[in-house]
Amino acid sequence: MTQVHIIGAGIHPFGRHDDKTGLDQGVHAVREALADAGLEWSDIQFAFGGSSAAGSADAALPRLGLTGVQFINISNGCATGGSSLLSGYWAIKSGEFDLGVVIGFDKHPRGAFNADPEASGLPRWYGETGMMLTTQFFAMKIRRYMELHDISATTLGRVAVKAYENGTVTPHAWRRSPVDLETIMTSQMLSDPLTKFMFCSPAEGGVALVLASETKMRELGLAGPRVRGAAVRTRPKGSFEVFAPSLDIERGVSPTELASKAAYDMAGVGPGDIDVAQIQDTESGAEIMHMAENGFCADGEQEQWLAEGATRLSGKLPINTDGGCLACGEPIGASGLRQVYENVQQLRGRAEARQVGGARLAYSQVYGAPGLSAVAILEI
Amino acid sequence: MSQVVAEGVFVEGAGGPRMIAGRRKADGEIRFPMPSGADAALYDAIEVTGEGRLWSYTMQRFRPKTPPYIGDDDEKSFKPFALGYVEFPGQVIIEGRILVDDIADLKIGQPMRVAIEKFPTSSRGELSTYAFEPAT
Repeated sequence: MTQVHIIGAGIHPFGRHDDKTGLDQGVHAVREALADAGLEWSDIQFAFGGSSAAGSADAALPRLGLTGVQFINISNGCATGGSSLLSGYWAIKSGEFDLGVVIGFDKHPRGAFNADPEASGLPRWYGETGMMLTTQFFAMKIRRYMELHDISATTLGRVAVKAYENGTVTPHAWRRSPVDLETIMTSQMLSDPLTKFMFCSPAEGGVALVLASETKMRELGLAGPRVRGAAVRTRPKGSFEVFAPSLDIERGVSPTELASKAAYDMAGVGPGDIDVAQIQDTESGAEIMHMAENGFCADGEQEQWLAEGATRLSGKLPINTDGGCLACGEPIGASGLRQVYENVQQLRGRAEARQVGGARLAYSQVYGAPGLSAVAILEI
Repeated sequence: MSQVVAEGVFVEGAGGPRMIAGRRKADGEIRFPMPSGADAALYDAIEVTGEGRLWSYTMQRFRPKTPPYIGDDDEKSFKPFALGYVEFPGQVIIEGRILVDDIADLKIGQPMRVAIEKFPTSSRGELSTYAFEPAT
């Protein structure tokens, strides 16, 4: 069976870049990924890519080279990057292609995202009366979770402390300064129990990865992590998602639980085998809940894990080693691929001051509106 | 006289306001609001009955972006408001604004009832909308 490897990785640092478009940052990432693999754009057989707010990814073609390459634009909400990776994975797995690129970039206006009720199939009054904010959803989801599983507000704060701590040793991060627990806990409350420093911000950035079949990789004399499992899943009945005027009484599992299980099954490994993980941390609460939804701990155990520093770089399972969305910001189209980029750096031993020693299996999970999750498991 | 936020969202009767939801004819699944357009034919409109229980909640502390928000306020005059989900046992869990000034007293599971809130807007005058309040 054809194996799929990541043989090149490039990134444009995340943050705010007033002098650059989203596309500029995407093109930068592709050139860096190609240089990393020692390849030319003309070598590339296919590309998948997308942005949420910065235009079509194939607008990169005139700048990269009009080679006639198959280029497909991907648009899949917050899982756009994960979906591009999955598309590239299957393109090679099918045997149809053996060398391609996946690309994601974005550039958003400052502040919370604007939402359009009618585009989401919702009545206009829902947005008019102030109930259509992703921030509220995150707050209400973690509020109930905290109540059911005895999670304290301090634990939410500790997630953010760790994120900014990791950001200080990550060249591609936006927030590079540490923030102490007290500052996080006493910063402006945006939507209780979440304060300003517990939320990520919309940002800018670009990421690109070069994928190859194992045969092609060897032919080129290159090496890189193997994609052992990859899956995208959407919201099942009874899951709790953004922009929901009502919920079923009977509660169900989340799209993350479905994607996670599918990826573990495909990879033939379990949560206990994972050495390093990047999981969606749109805000502190999301990281807490995703720790359990991805199987790393039971509901409620996060309280002790965070108190012990189990998810710090020195802990038993380092999580969001580059500071995640909290320290990098969230350019939607690029965010999921940033997680994979970070895992590639970790597995190749190139993560410098944030290197997790001996990392062999790396996990990534991106989640977002309107209720979908993408998981990838890499092995070196 | 204020205008209702939208027709068919709630009714005001002798026993106080009640939410109107849709029950799918095929399997009895209940959703709020009652679907409109082509899907409406698949549902029966029903009144949500009985006392609710607070399922989750938060406080909106910054002014939501316009559009879609149409509150008659600005960044400076905006007053934070509470909102949350209320479970109506055996029926459905509904999201709405909550009529309390401070959420410190709210507790998941506490009894809640439906109320009417006057909501001043910048483009539609004063609207009458549903909200929830502690039942005790």
